[in-house]
Amino acid sequence: MRDVAIVNYRQTPAIRNSGSTNELQMLESVIQGVIAESGVSLSDMDFVCSGSCDYLAGAAFAFVEAIESVGPFPPIKESHVEMDAAWALYEAVLKIRTGEADSALIYGFGKSSPGDLRSVLSLQLDPYYLTPLWLDTISAAALQAAQCLDRGVLSEDDMAAVVARSRANAKSVPGTQLSGDYSVADLLAEPTYVSPLRMHDCAPITDGASVMIIATPEKAKQWCDTPVLITGLDNRIESSMPTLRDLTVSSSTEIAGQKAGVNDKTVEFAELHAPFSHQEILLQRALGLDDGVDINPSGGALAANTMMAAGLDRIGHAAKLIQSGKYARGVAHATSGSCLQHNLVAVLEAAS
Amino acid sequence: MSRLAAVVGIGQTEYRSARKDVSMGGLVNEAARRALEDAGLGWDDIDAVIIGKAPDMFEGVLMPELYLADALGASGKPMLRVHTAGSVGGSTAVVAATHVTSGTFDRILTVTFEKQSESNAMWALSIPRPFSMHLNAGAGGHFAPHIREYMRRTGAPAHVGPMVAVKDRKNALKNPLAHLQIPDISLDMVMESPMLWDPIRFLESCPSSDGACALVISNEELANKGPNKPAWIRGMAMRSETMTCKGRDEVNPQAGSDCAKDIYSQAGISNPLKEVDMAEVYVPFSWYEPMWLENLGFANKGEGWKLTDAGETEIGGSIPFNCSGGVLSTNAIGASGMIRFAESAMQVRGTAGEHQVDGAKMAVGHAYGASAQFFAMWAVSSEKP
Repeated sequence: MRDVAIVNYRQTPAIRNSGSTNELQMLESVIQGVIAESGVSLSDMDFVCSGSCDYLAGAAFAFVEAIESVGPFPPIKESHVEMDAAWALYEAVLKIRTGEADSALIYGFGKSSPGDLRSVLSLQLDPYYLTPLWLDTISAAALQAAQCLDRGVLSEDDMAAVVARSRANAKSVPGTQLSGDYSVADLLAEPTYVSPLRMHDCAPITDGASVMIIATPEKAKQWCDTPVLITGLDNRIESSMPTLRDLTVSSSTEIAGQKAGVNDKTVEFAELHAPFSHQEILLQRALGLDDGVDINPSGGALAANTMMAAGLDRIGHAAKLIQSGKYARGVAHATSGSCLQHNLVAVLEAAS
Repeated sequence: MSRLAAVVGIGQTEYRSARKDVSMGGLVNEAARRALEDAGLGWDDIDAVIIGKAPDMFEGVLMPELYLADALGASGKPMLRVHTAGSVGGSTAVVAATHVTSGTFDRILTVTFEKQSESNAMWALSIPRPFSMHLNAGAGGHFAPHIREYMRRTGAPAHVGPMVAVKDRKNALKNPLAHLQIPDISLDMVMESPMLWDPIRFLESCPSSDGACALVISNEELANKGPNKPAWIRGMAMRSETMTCKGRDEVNPQAGSDCAKDIYSQAGISNPLKEVDMAEVYVPFSWYEPMWLENLGFANKGEGWKLTDAGETEIGGSIPFNCSGGVLSTNAIGASGMIRFAESAMQVRGTAGEHQVDGAKMAVGHAYGASAQFFAMWAVSSEKP
């Protein structure tokens, strides 16, 4: 199979409410930005693939308008997944592997501010047994965290330590949403929000858009000095019924990590898409990452969490960290669904 | 570089206006089990599951691949959910096949569905958004002006649309799964049915259906291991274009003709009318048959209606269109494109039953979506390339 490399990545500044700036405007700014920075043109892209969710915009076919951001006339080869754009990347990688495309542009976007996100996301549960209970995302994650605490899988101190590190790391990322210096003791002094979760254990609500360019290694070398190879890529889903799963582990992440070859060589860092602090710990264990591995140097989803792009953002940040020369090999992860139901793992390495 | 792939299993549900006997999970499971049975396989033989459907608001389930993972035996496997508007059934088949042609997987299951009775598609399509073009009165209201323009350009006589409506409903009588079964269908009955969006009459429109369609697609090595003949994928393509811009022709969209040319070139087809034995083409309103005959290269510009008028698109004609009854007889929106792809594969496998075209070797499946701006197509053959 052909190798695939990341050329460039960009995201909008992560903000809580973009106001009258719509999805298309956010996309145009990042797409034009990444195209200009890479010294390429949109017509150089053999394939375009995107990820978004109609329900965030509150209208069927909301994604249709978004393709105007790539000016699709004359016609283009294009596709869309109703998933985080990390899965759009997955589809684009398959396309390049077939040999039908040498390059692809991937984008994801989400404007969650107009709706009540935690209620909207309760519609992704079993429509007959769970959605009628309006089990919202934060409550579901709180039940998961409570089970982890009850079983002694992790402690509230561990969760607060994740948040403190995330906020501190996020200081290095311009335009992120939540960053700063916090001590574990300060964080634990905060009241609970949905017990046992405190507000800071939950990812913020973010409006934004992200874009990535990938290509064959040969083409990537023409377009940038430091292409980043995707040496492993896999995704796995598990049951939708929380009662059929052991929520204190992430079995699908474990399979995806093994298939992607995470531990075939030393892992220096990991960008994990954990919308809740306790989930980061579960992911770290599922991927077999020891204490020497830097976790979420970008601050992760707890610093900024654009729905439908936050998974792609992990891969994008990981690529940028390798391009900066700070690391040579790392893991990036994306999640979808309630309590880490569906997970994607990518292994990234500096191209030699 | 792309590897060979073939359809080795096909499963469809009965299509009805309301499948109240099954849940959404039960519906997709029914199609998937039939596809596995056709392929002589079990759930464990499947490496990945790819699902597609039209907007989540049609059922009110957000990202339904999450809920449907159990019903499709996907737990512990890779899963992907495609959504490209009305073309999604076709796009999903293409993306699913790419899982195999990329060399990443040996054998995959792909399923598309719509359970329109759970919600109201007309409502879901009519939610206004600030600063966005509003789609009034659903798809028919959107496409009627395109059809009027086609009639103006070509001078096609008014009975051609109704002829398509009659032909497809007669074909549906030979397909026990088809939703609409109207034994006494006639030109008079269609012409006398109420005008909905001039010139589209009630009986020239597709129904709202519940249903699911599934395919098992395998690589070259495994293609001949099943009990039934494979349908070899000889070409597949997707194209998208803008909704509105100067120079775009909504009546004869370039994305559609580009998509067709791409698959013909892959399949080595130079004269589609001669070399393609039948086509399953997305015709949700009768007049789209003559429009797509031209757009897909089966007729010269302005002459598509002449093929329909001469009966050439009937079973036994030079280019039979929609032998299954087509979208005019069954429209489980998210599945409609994949049903076209599946029916074209059934024809070259020789398993289409009463609506089989004798000796069909090369067939085309087609789907389109949104404002006639998204296209997905494939060419399948009984012959391995």
